[in-house]
Amino acid sequence: MSYTHDRILLSSQREGQVSRFRAWVMLAVPLAAILFQIYVPMFFQFLRFLEMPLLVVIYFALMRRSQISGLTVGALVGLAQDSLSPKIPLGMYGIVNTLVGYFAASVGLRLDVDHGLLRLVLCFFFYLFHRFFYWVMARALLGQQQLVFAWPETLALGLLNAVVGVALFHFLDRLRETA
Amino acid sequence: MESLLNRYRNITVLLLVIFAQLVLLAVQVKNDQDVRLIRVWAVTAVTPVARIVEGLRGGSSGFLHNYILLHDTNAENRRLQTELDRLKLDNIFLKSELSRADRAKALEVFQRHTASKTVAATIFAVGAGSGSKVVFVDRGTVSGVQRGMAVVTPDGIVGKVIAAYPMSSAVQLITDADFAAGVVSQKTQAAGTLKGQGTPLCKVDYVPFEEKIEPGDMLYTSGSDRIFPRGFPVGVVKAVQPAQPFKEILVEPSGLQRGLEDVLILVQGVHQAIPDTLPVSQPVYIAPAPPGANGTAEGQPANTGSAAASAAASAAPPGASSGTEADKLRSIYKATGEAQKHTFGEGLPGTKPPDFTKLPPAGTAPASPNPAPPPVKSPDAGRRGGPPQ
Repeated sequence: MSYTHDRILLSSQREGQVSRFRAWVMLAVPLAAILFQIYVPMFFQFLRFLEMPLLVVIYFALMRRSQISGLTVGALVGLAQDSLSPKIPLGMYGIVNTLVGYFAASVGLRLDVDHGLLRLVLCFFFYLFHRFFYWVMARALLGQQQLVFAWPETLALGLLNAVVGVALFHFLDRLRETA
Repeated sequence: MESLLNRYRNITVLLLVIFAQLVLLAVQVKNDQDVRLIRVWAVTAVTPVARIVEGLRGGSSGFLHNYILLHDTNAENRRLQTELDRLKLDNIFLKSELSRADRAKALEVFQRHTASKTVAATIFAVGAGSGSKVVFVDRGTVSGVQRGMAVVTPDGIVGKVIAAYPMSSAVQLITDADFAAGVVSQKTQAAGTLKGQGTPLCKVDYVPFEEKIEPGDMLYTSGSDRIFPRGFPVGVVKAVQPAQPFKEILVEPSGLQRGLEDVLILVQGVHQAIPDTLPVSQPVYIAPAPPGANGTAEGQPANTGSAAASAAASAAPPGASSGTEADKLRSIYKATGEAQKHTFGEGLPGTKPPDFTKLPPAGTAPASPNPAPPPVKSPDAGRRGGPPQ
């Protein structure tokens, strides 16, 4: 860890450190996030607002600092999420999460993503992006013109997810391989 | 290329992954018309390209054929010109056939409606010699044709048979210098003799200078020549020159105006009435006279003899109100006799005739059990004895 905690912008890409994870972590964490998304709301309705797969995609994309890696994780997690949602055509969450992974990785190359506040802002922003882009695609590709984009609700849920995301990222930091 | 892909590797992979998932979406999703998006997108993507390609191909082909590959244009032009000439000839032939069919139909209608017995014939030759006004028709003695028979068309007389052979006949046309026929004017009944001159126009002789005949008058056969039955159209007066003792009148024959091909030979002619109107004119409807129109003398003094006759004529029975002066006079006397209970045609010679000194006064009508309805006929019907037969 050669980067400092008092700076957000990195002076060069070399300054940012690429986090490495064990293979089982790369498999188990997204799988756990998807399972959480499926099962937990069945028992705890109030946790339906959590977008755990999205948060996991953001985390791995930020920490891996590789756009291809980020979009791959996003595409796989999104497609898995689609396949477990019978009413959603395959590719809806896949495309959205792919874009989130790509842009998150792009951001991770420039910013000090270990910064807590930055993580909060990024989680909030990417949640909004995720919801907005899904709304656009649903209207454009699925013809769901009646779908309304609820800004206040989205902003509130974005904030909640960002807070949970910061906590989740802190937990997932422990699973990184140490140099 | 490889360096370009390496440089934009990330964005390329992103686009590929997005594209793959879009295809995946399009395969599953259907639009409002129940057509899968993949098909809609494919058609939408391919159609403009195909249109551009087709436009380029058509343009190139057209350019080549219209501007480059012109080696056979001259030959094609000649071929088309030849074909055009042939088509023009065909067109002329077909028009001629159509006209002939029309004439044949008119001939058939005329033949069906005329009282005379006729034989249809076709002209197949003309007489030898310049200025000859003789033609040959394909009907002869076998068909009952005899020398001296009249030859007509629905438009008018054509000529007469001057020689009859077994299978053909020679017809002297109306324009022949030796042709002559008795004619009468439609309007004034002025009689004369039509003679050919060897030109398209004929002349009419022996019309006294005091007879009234004008250009535009229609002439009909008078029947006096014992060749043409009375009542067949002859022609229209084209020019009238006053002369002594007879007028000089030129006539355009109506039977030759539409060309000669098919004619009718009158093997048994029947005289017919001369129509009041021109053959081409349409019947004209005249409404009944207003009430009291016939009583022009009522309440008015009749101070002339002719007025009395006119008044009596107006009071005459149906059919007597029009016609010649003799007809009117006859009607007056007939009405007078009926008023005195006299029946014409009965009684022996020497019996007492009606008292014709007691003519009905002007303006009074003799009692008639059946009042006549107002006459309905053409305007010039009153000039002679009634409507055409």
